[in-house]
Amino acid sequence: MPILTVEHLTHVYSPGTPLEKTAIEDVSLEIEKGQLLGVIGHTGSGKSTFIQHLDGLLKPTSGVVRFNGADINADKALLRNVRFQVGLVFQYPEYQLFEETVFRDIAFGPKNMGLDEAEVRERVAEAAAFVGVPEALMEASPLELSGGQKRRVAIAGVIAMRPEVLILDEPTAGLDPAGRESILKNICAYQKSSGAAVLLISHSMDEVARIADRLIVFHDGHVAMDGTPAEVFGQAPMLKEMGLTVPAATEIALALRARGVALPDGIYTISHLQELLCAMGREGGIC
Amino acid sequence: MESTSTPIIQIENLRFQYSETDLPAIEDLNLEIARGSFVAVLGRNGSGKSTLARLLNGILLPTAGRVLVNGMDTANEATLLDVRRTIGMVFQNPDNQIVASVVEDDVAFAPENLGVPPAEIRRRVDEALRCVGMYEFRMHAPHLLSGGQKQRVAIAGVLAMQPECIVLDEPTAMLDPIGRREVLAAVEQLRQELGMTVVLITHHMEECVRADRLVVMSEGRLAADGTPEAVFSQVEQMHALGLTVPETTELLYGLNRNGFHLPLTALSIERCADAIADALNHAMKDA
Repeated sequence: MPILTVEHLTHVYSPGTPLEKTAIEDVSLEIEKGQLLGVIGHTGSGKSTFIQHLDGLLKPTSGVVRFNGADINADKALLRNVRFQVGLVFQYPEYQLFEETVFRDIAFGPKNMGLDEAEVRERVAEAAAFVGVPEALMEASPLELSGGQKRRVAIAGVIAMRPEVLILDEPTAGLDPAGRESILKNICAYQKSSGAAVLLISHSMDEVARIADRLIVFHDGHVAMDGTPAEVFGQAPMLKEMGLTVPAATEIALALRARGVALPDGIYTISHLQELLCAMGREGGIC
Repeated sequence: MESTSTPIIQIENLRFQYSETDLPAIEDLNLEIARGSFVAVLGRNGSGKSTLARLLNGILLPTAGRVLVNGMDTANEATLLDVRRTIGMVFQNPDNQIVASVVEDDVAFAPENLGVPPAEIRRRVDEALRCVGMYEFRMHAPHLLSGGQKQRVAIAGVLAMQPECIVLDEPTAMLDPIGRREVLAAVEQLRQELGMTVVLITHHMEECVRADRLVVMSEGRLAADGTPEAVFSQVEQMHALGLTVPETTELLYGLNRNGFHLPLTALSIERCADAIADALNHAMKDA
């Protein structure tokens, strides 16, 4: 059974006012455990509205969200449990740190779950290790940390609840390339070892191209595309029509094809493109 | 206005320390920024680039050395207002920069404070909002806008002051591809039409590609300075600094390591594809 099932989900903001806006309309999809999904779409495409339904922060105007088959909005006890099982890391989560020490901030979620102290300690240590927050920082004030470290602490606070679904809204925004790479590695490591489903919202096509095994493209409140990176990026003209870009590797491959270089569809990483070009180079005696 | 030959910004032997005990955030920095130029500043988190931005209009004052704006020392309180009228700042987080409850009031805030006549304010506000593609939102409440839309409003607020130079500290970190393109197009338009100097602090390599000059900071010092083509072609040096190069350069570099002889300066997708296609077509003809 899928861990999350979304059925005919529609959400209308400010209904009955001049600002009424249908943010998502009739969205249906299933998310399995162990998937790493990239969620992409233009600003205002509905992707943020969508993910806020997955842990019940927003209630559907119509439609149903199911966690392990049960309607999450059916009763309050279930919804409380779902909030622990579906971990949501917002954009710029470092602005939400509030405790006196790093330890207490990461421990906030597990404590709320009613776990005993030993279990809380174990989970904090485990989550901190996942995101690379060193032991030595545990008693520091979160306010003393650098932006990148704060971001890690904030993500650890969600991972410490051991969610079965981890949703991250642009977790690498504002970080430098080395910081981005390291956080993406941490996320992949968590996904592999926990078997959780991970949803990564990103504006960086190169980022999702590298790590996701499934991509969902939102456009005008609908799921416009849903498939593997090769399938989605194979439709470059359609993505561009929606105002989205494709990975640089896809752009270069298309430009090469326009110049008569015989490359296949569905190239979306530089390493793959380089491999294919090197093979041609060897044939032509360059390499 | 100063003559066009004097640099708009002169930085002389600049050092800056947040406190006596900290390592300097900026050390031994000498830099001149030419009037009307588009300078991108690239560096890792903590490399001193945001500190540099704050030193340019006297938000921070040098610990040693000096910063001159149109010849005015930023440490001279008598001319500080002039310095701030000359250099408009746009910061990373738009939520911290919005003051009014209606978009057009927010954009009018600075010119009102500068005592600009109402008709002129109206003209500037409309023009600034059109530039950033937010004119249709002029009567909206900023807090209901998306992050990207808010940032465009913040930029419009600075444009409405008509400064000679605009310093943008990672202004597109939260924007989607279309928003990013619109903002950069607006900035470039102002530069071309009004001769505005642009200093763009960014992690996005593709934004640096459009600059006339690329300055790389590392550990508070100048690590590289030249055209984007010249700086990015130093692939090993950039990697050593914890930075990446554009995907085009990365591909060309990878191919060269496998026996190709391609120019690393082919930064754009089109030029990169030209170089690779030429090499392959030549090889195929010879083979």
